[in-house]
Amino acid sequence: MSIDSRWDTPLHIAGRTFTSRLLVGTGKYRDLEETGAAVAASGAEIVTVAVRRSNIGQNPDEPNLLDVISPERYTILPNTAGCYNARDAVRTCQLARELLDGHNLVKLEVLGNDHTLYPNVMETLSAARTLVEDGFDVMVYTSDDPIVAAELESIGCCAVMPLGSLIGSGHGLLNPHALSLIIDNARVPVLVDAGIGTPSDAAMAMELGCDGVLVNSAIAHARQPILMASAMKKAVEAGREARLAERMGRKTYAASPSSPTEGLITG
Amino acid sequence: MQLYINGETRRVDQVSNVADLIAMLSLTGRRIAVEVNESIVPRTRHATTTLNEGDRVEIVHAIGGG
Repeated sequence: MSIDSRWDTPLHIAGRTFTSRLLVGTGKYRDLEETGAAVAASGAEIVTVAVRRSNIGQNPDEPNLLDVISPERYTILPNTAGCYNARDAVRTCQLARELLDGHNLVKLEVLGNDHTLYPNVMETLSAARTLVEDGFDVMVYTSDDPIVAAELESIGCCAVMPLGSLIGSGHGLLNPHALSLIIDNARVPVLVDAGIGTPSDAAMAMELGCDGVLVNSAIAHARQPILMASAMKKAVEAGREARLAERMGRKTYAASPSSPTEGLITG
Repeated sequence: MQLYINGETRRVDQVSNVADLIAMLSLTGRRIAVEVNESIVPRTRHATTTLNEGDRVEIVHAIGGG
């Protein structure tokens, strides 16, 4: 199920069109079978993967993630997770492009330190410039600073992905006002990446006006990941529909009952 | 010949190019990407890219990540 086309238009990223506004990661699952089932239940069309050294000499017949999450079915979004400088991030993207036969859509993330995984925006800006110049379509993980987000857009990134809170923290959206500032000024899609803990966080991000949400830990670390993937799918759709429907105004004192005040049996 | 493969020193024999190395490691046909001395070696050039003593080779694949 997706949102009725009478109300919504597809998500456009770098010339590609997507119906689902939920992007999912593939980390932290028990095994590849669970990964595949959760990704399928999420309805996601864009799926992130990491790029790592192959285990030389160990289990050459080991199943490969891309056999389960096939590039024919999904838009694979290789990330640069684990990179702490622009050079490593650029190199990782170049390897990913070769790995995926010239596919040039990447998720750039350059981290500042390993205890917060907070983005290093200086290195991120530097890597973004190099990658855009080299022909990559760059979706970029960043802080919730609206000035940095605008700069990344002006460099040519095809989507800006501010954090809701720290990667893997499940703290939800800690600064929705900052996210609103980014959304209001952006001309490229804005997706909340990092921090989503539960479906209501994802719904809130969509109600704020985000174009999409990227979730990994909140699904993978749920006791029942496949069920949580389904819940996230519904939350993203609900939040998107609510955004399009435009919510009622908030009233401080002028409470207005939903039931008629006439015809009451009292008085 | 001695190579540095994925950060580890390794002696290889009867390996003259990238395709030979991939075959020796039983990785032929797998979804991998190869870099030699920090330059990508496209799949189409595996068989024609000669390896030399001391080359630094990286072989990567996709794994779960967010």
